[in-house]
Amino acid sequence: MRVIKIDKKDWESGVGKLSGDYSLYGPVKQGAFHNFAPLEKGQMPDLDYVNTRMSPKSVVYPQCETMFEYTLDENQPDHHVNKEIPKDYSPRAILGIRPCDVKAIDLVNINFDNPEYQDPWWVQRRAALTTVALACNNPCSTCFCTSAGTGPFDDSSADVLLADMGDYYLAKVMTEKGEALVGKAGFDQDGSAEAGAIDDAAKAAEAKITSKIETDKLGDKVTTELYDADFWEDVAFACINCGTCTYLCPTCWCFDIQDEVQGTDGCRMRNWDTCMSALFTKHGTGHNPRPNKTARVRQRFMHKLKYYVDKYENGIACVGCGRCVQQCPVNIDIRRVCDLMNRFEPGKECA
Amino acid sequence: MSEYAEKIRGIAKKLLDDGTVDMVIGFRKGTMPLINEPCFVKDAAKVDALIWDSSCGVNLANYLPKRKEKIGVVAKGCDSRNIVTHIVENQITREQLYIIGVPCTGMVDRRKVRLAVGKEILSVSEADGKITVTGDGYEEVLDKQEMLQDNCAICVHRNPVISDEVIADPVEEQTDVDRYADVKAVEAMAPEARWNHFEQLLDGCIRCYACRNACPLCYCPTCFVDESQPQWVGKSVDKTDTRTFHFLRAYHCAGRCTDCGACERACPVGIPVRQFTKKLEKDCKELFDWEAGMSLDVRPPLDTYRPEDPDEFIK
Repeated sequence: MRVIKIDKKDWESGVGKLSGDYSLYGPVKQGAFHNFAPLEKGQMPDLDYVNTRMSPKSVVYPQCETMFEYTLDENQPDHHVNKEIPKDYSPRAILGIRPCDVKAIDLVNINFDNPEYQDPWWVQRRAALTTVALACNNPCSTCFCTSAGTGPFDDSSADVLLADMGDYYLAKVMTEKGEALVGKAGFDQDGSAEAGAIDDAAKAAEAKITSKIETDKLGDKVTTELYDADFWEDVAFACINCGTCTYLCPTCWCFDIQDEVQGTDGCRMRNWDTCMSALFTKHGTGHNPRPNKTARVRQRFMHKLKYYVDKYENGIACVGCGRCVQQCPVNIDIRRVCDLMNRFEPGKECA
Repeated sequence: MSEYAEKIRGIAKKLLDDGTVDMVIGFRKGTMPLINEPCFVKDAAKVDALIWDSSCGVNLANYLPKRKEKIGVVAKGCDSRNIVTHIVENQITREQLYIIGVPCTGMVDRRKVRLAVGKEILSVSEADGKITVTGDGYEEVLDKQEMLQDNCAICVHRNPVISDEVIADPVEEQTDVDRYADVKAVEAMAPEARWNHFEQLLDGCIRCYACRNACPLCYCPTCFVDESQPQWVGKSVDKTDTRTFHFLRAYHCAGRCTDCGACERACPVGIPVRQFTKKLEKDCKELFDWEAGMSLDVRPPLDTYRPEDPDEFIK
């Protein structure tokens, strides 16, 4: 790791130099909120934002992705053969992603790239990705990253971490990918003398985070007892099973595979799925093991806060970005549910 | 507003104590400013959780279909109209319900307030038609009327149309509103401009179906977009599939929609979903002099035939 200094007056020209080598993505204003989107040549990421409405996971893991195509025309020699669609794995960089969202990409990686399974599209797209994270000087009241295993200045997942110092950025270059990017941008002013200022800013930002969750007892809970806890009906009552939480979540990774055929041309695609949908678990027989919304809501929270915790011993499957808290149309708040789960003791009423 | 909450708690306690109902459905205080959470209370000792203010926008009629209990339900004007619709459509019986009517002066649009102040909101209070918003180092006072959800701003049925008990005197109904200014603007567009208008509306749709699930009318056991044998609609964000979902959903609400705004309030990407249902609502008003959910005794226009029904469209 080394620290460099980037004067803001040099930022635009530096970013401009990257566009030949990388497809660039960054936060852009879309109506009333920001989202991550491809940056056109010459377009700058709008770094004056707090949190994007959608998470940036779609840069590595698109909502809809065609995997294979095929023909059903039996006059063709290769009919009924799935042929992989060529994809773009050229270098791409996300500029201005938040540290929690980069952390989320690492977290999702456990699902798509592990000794048992390697998802070829995720693996190659992630390998092509360089992340230039922007530390949060002013987190939201709904941010609880510091108690979800990350933080406003977390540098553990990003290739470069930018800290906004007013007229300039101090950048921690964390990886070889990060070195390559700052090299191409021409950012090479030594900032090591000011490295301490990043730690000071980090402490100041962390102190602003007042929203916290407690997760220390989740691992010790008996799964079946937590599953049968008395609070699920109360927690799930307001839920409309819309799936907003899962679509906005940077760590939700579930997908559904669909075939679409027109005439004799077919393709096989995968789309983000949501455990809030009844179809998510509906069997071919018509049986549905999660037949009602309480079962589905319980699944979402148990997966993030218990099953994942037990399976990977890597903390919770949540980075505390607060999107689901802010956008849930009926105010179901994962912080409250986590608290209920962490405090749960069988036989004691806690709802 | 706190006197409203006191009144609701008192009625809820009485209903639960004397066994009139098994549960009361209302709101409890949200974990953030400007949004409260629908909840149920089954224990008379816990009625103090129930609250009321201008952030109780969620339509509680959505929580009634197919329930078996005897239920006390808190109902604004729009909620009450959807309850009527549910009863007419056999989703719940009148006898199961004790309707606690709440005269409403409109619900605040949290996103509108956020845009108006431009900063994060940490607390909100309201009194005398004003909303006081505070955050890190600022306090701003806004007119509630200007911060209403779009549907509340043009609502002409603020008082419950059906109830067993009303918690306050009726509020004055709005009479000087043009309910269909936005629809007329779309009607006046040339076909291509109109097409583009709807294309732009749908541009950010992520197919989460929050609009459908928030809608009290959408209680089908299996929605047409979820049918798989056969599958009618693709599941990606393909434009044709996205249009198909929105347009068909809107048509399914024709003559039933009360313009409660649930769809719009729920949309995570800010699509003004009411644009799809309002034209149909206007047509029903003009063609059949029909407003949904106003009476238990009249069948909706699209499930009955009357000789005098308009038929000019048959050529």
